[in-house]
Amino acid sequence: MSVDLSQFIPTFLEESYEGLALMESSLLNLEQGDDETINSIFRAAHSIKGGAGTFGFGHVTDFTHLVETLLDEMRDGRREIRSEEVEVLLESVDCMRLMIDAIQNETDYDNSSIDVTSEKLELLLSGSLSDDTGADTPVETSKNASSWQIIFIPEHHLVQTGNDPLLLFNALEDLGELKVNAIVDSLPSLTEMDVEELYLQWELQLFSDSVTEQDIREVFEWVEDECELEVTPVSFDEPETESTSLDETSETAEVKQPNDETPSPEVTAPNIEPEITPSPAGAPVTENKEVKVATKAKPEGGSIRVGVDKVDSLINLVGELVITQSMLSELGNDFDLSKVDKLTAGLEQLLQNTKELQESVMRIRMLPISFAFNRFPRLIHDLAKKTGKDIELIINGENTELDKTVMEQIGDPLVHLVRNAVDHGIETAEKRLAAGKPEKGTVWLDAYHQGGNIVIEIKDDGGGINRDAVFNKALEKGLIEPTTNLTDNQVFELILEPGFSTAKEVSDISGRGVGMDVVKKNIQALGGRIQVDSTPGEGSTFKVNLPLTLAILDGQLVRVGEEVFVVPLITIVESLQAKSENINRVSGDMILYRLRDENVPVIPIFQLFNLPADSQDVDDSLLVVVEADGQKVGLMVDDLLAQQQVVIKSLKDNYQDVSGVSGATILGDGSVAMILDIPGIIQMALDIANKKQKEKQLKMQNEGALI
Amino acid sequence: MEQEYLTFILSGEEFGVDILCVQEIRVLTTVTELPNKPDYLKGVINLRGVIIPIVDLRQRFGKDPLDYNDKTVTIILRSQNSVKPMVVGIIVDAVSEVYKFETANIRQPPALGNQIDSCFLKGIAAVEEKLIILLDTNTLLDQDELFSLEAENEEAELIG
Repeated sequence: MSVDLSQFIPTFLEESYEGLALMESSLLNLEQGDDETINSIFRAAHSIKGGAGTFGFGHVTDFTHLVETLLDEMRDGRREIRSEEVEVLLESVDCMRLMIDAIQNETDYDNSSIDVTSEKLELLLSGSLSDDTGADTPVETSKNASSWQIIFIPEHHLVQTGNDPLLLFNALEDLGELKVNAIVDSLPSLTEMDVEELYLQWELQLFSDSVTEQDIREVFEWVEDECELEVTPVSFDEPETESTSLDETSETAEVKQPNDETPSPEVTAPNIEPEITPSPAGAPVTENKEVKVATKAKPEGGSIRVGVDKVDSLINLVGELVITQSMLSELGNDFDLSKVDKLTAGLEQLLQNTKELQESVMRIRMLPISFAFNRFPRLIHDLAKKTGKDIELIINGENTELDKTVMEQIGDPLVHLVRNAVDHGIETAEKRLAAGKPEKGTVWLDAYHQGGNIVIEIKDDGGGINRDAVFNKALEKGLIEPTTNLTDNQVFELILEPGFSTAKEVSDISGRGVGMDVVKKNIQALGGRIQVDSTPGEGSTFKVNLPLTLAILDGQLVRVGEEVFVVPLITIVESLQAKSENINRVSGDMILYRLRDENVPVIPIFQLFNLPADSQDVDDSLLVVVEADGQKVGLMVDDLLAQQQVVIKSLKDNYQDVSGVSGATILGDGSVAMILDIPGIIQMALDIANKKQKEKQLKMQNEGALI
Repeated sequence: MEQEYLTFILSGEEFGVDILCVQEIRVLTTVTELPNKPDYLKGVINLRGVIIPIVDLRQRFGKDPLDYNDKTVTIILRSQNSVKPMVVGIIVDAVSEVYKFETANIRQPPALGNQIDSCFLKGIAAVEEKLIILLDTNTLLDQDELFSLEAENEEAELIG
């Protein structure tokens, strides 16, 4: 077959990643175990093996074959499902991922871990109860027969799908000497014959020393769903090989049409619905799995999968837009003043269409948060093993939707928080029992929408945060003064400060003193917040508040001179008219505004950005008090305009980053407005103040020297 | 090999750019200023949803600027780098002609006596009696090269 296969490799890779994710999540559920789950794991492994075979990734095929054999024994009930097997299978999933990664990046991978795992697999297989399957592993991949009998019974419509048996036989002939016998038993009488159907069946004999069963099956790869195929070695009297081949036929058929095969135990549950398990963790986790099956895509990939319903609604909206457009253009062809009403109505409809279209398009970027959550069952599984703690993970709200860009960046901070909950939060079993708690610790992951934000809660039922320990540690590190008066929550949030770690021992899971501050930084970089709450003895909650999307921002438009700027609404504390009695000028140009019991530095935007402004005097000007990194400043502006959602556009695409500005947006009249970067502005103002200070000192020194 | 060039006038001299890099020619619209930017960068405009910086090529090449009016033209250039195309608008005095030049007839620019950064120059071609200075769109449409001149006086003004 002379099809260029390389163009399908990306698809194979994507499907393999999906398959691996499915295998992983199913394996974690398998601990409760049932036939359907094993079947879905087996199918995933089988498709990866098949795909890898087609594209000639022999190492993947060989390895996956071992996995498949083990899974086959499990689903046939020949092997008990124990945690030992599940561990090795999970390890195998990691190995397969490693190999697929290597194919994708066209790099080499570390062979040793794969060798170790395949040894483990072989060890398990050789210790299997039924010896014949143990032996069949090498048979299919390496042992050769000198002659093969192939019975090929194509379905009638085979030629209509573009497949030609003659080509298949030609390909077989390349493998060795071929004898072809056509069976004409099912040939109908001439009057009943349909010229487009295929009624022939074949019995073939292939003579060759070097051909494996796999080579033969590869030839039939493209038609295996549309035929019955039996491949049997003739010279070797090995019934078990035959049994494998029957197995394979049955399992391919089973995927497509479970009812036309001999009854085997797995066919009893043909539906792919997730099972409902008695464990409380079961329901949400399996639901999660279903989502993954439907939508999991390669995380780094440049493509996203979009639900058909979303695309449908887009098409509908575009249809409506076209209708509105044709209505308007018809109106324009023959327009007089009497039709103004119609025009207004048409324009209103256009506005409506555009708005809906915009919303719809934005929704395409939204993905269920299960994309970020689906790594946690495995993580918890591994962490529980590592720490020797018994831990259950309960996930809720994994269908909550979140912008793809936010999703990509929130994964790592979440992993850190979950690790932290397991390592520091959940106590050891003895301690838990002593405290009268169930031995099994629980970690909850919740996601839900609140206003325009998404909230992610990471909760554990561990020992909670020791307020005094945190307070003392912060004292020791010089983060606070002994006299500082802090609420409990403020104390807990100290653990998010740089260089803070209360773990008495540094473990390899967390507690290196870096991390929590990075988590906080990452979340803030996304425009989000993190809050800590804790009750001693009952557990801790980390609440992460994130904007739904990075592409749209709620902004307050302000005017300075001729220019309009956008201040992110989330940073604004309040806006006020400056009263002269509250204005203090200290050390030269620094202006402080007394806001109740706080002194807030005033930053005149016109001065900072070097722009002409209406008023250069702080008295009676408008101040927008904003807060970033815990620092409040008053931005002096000429006018407050509307509040609106703005679409963020990068300046970097065609220009470069501009300090004090985080991006630009296009306003309703088509003009461009800059979006202010509040932390950047505060930094700029600080730098300038420092510079002035230095210059002043220098000047004073010079003057002193003169005197 | 023949290449087509769009030429424009800049303080009495005629310049040419590779026509494949010219996206469109527009009348200058209202420009939104950027804070603390170099003089030659007039600001940004919204071109059908894309934010594009506008450079006064006279100022970028160290010449005195002209006043803008409703006939001031910008040439929107788009780099042919398909991975990350950069789009920029340049303000010129007037757009002139489209010429075809044989690559062999393009001569090296003189190394000395030039007001313009030599990195932007590709060569010189003659049409009848005129000399046309051909600009190198690779460097002209490179953010690092085009925006390499920083605003000089901004800090002094801020402090002063």
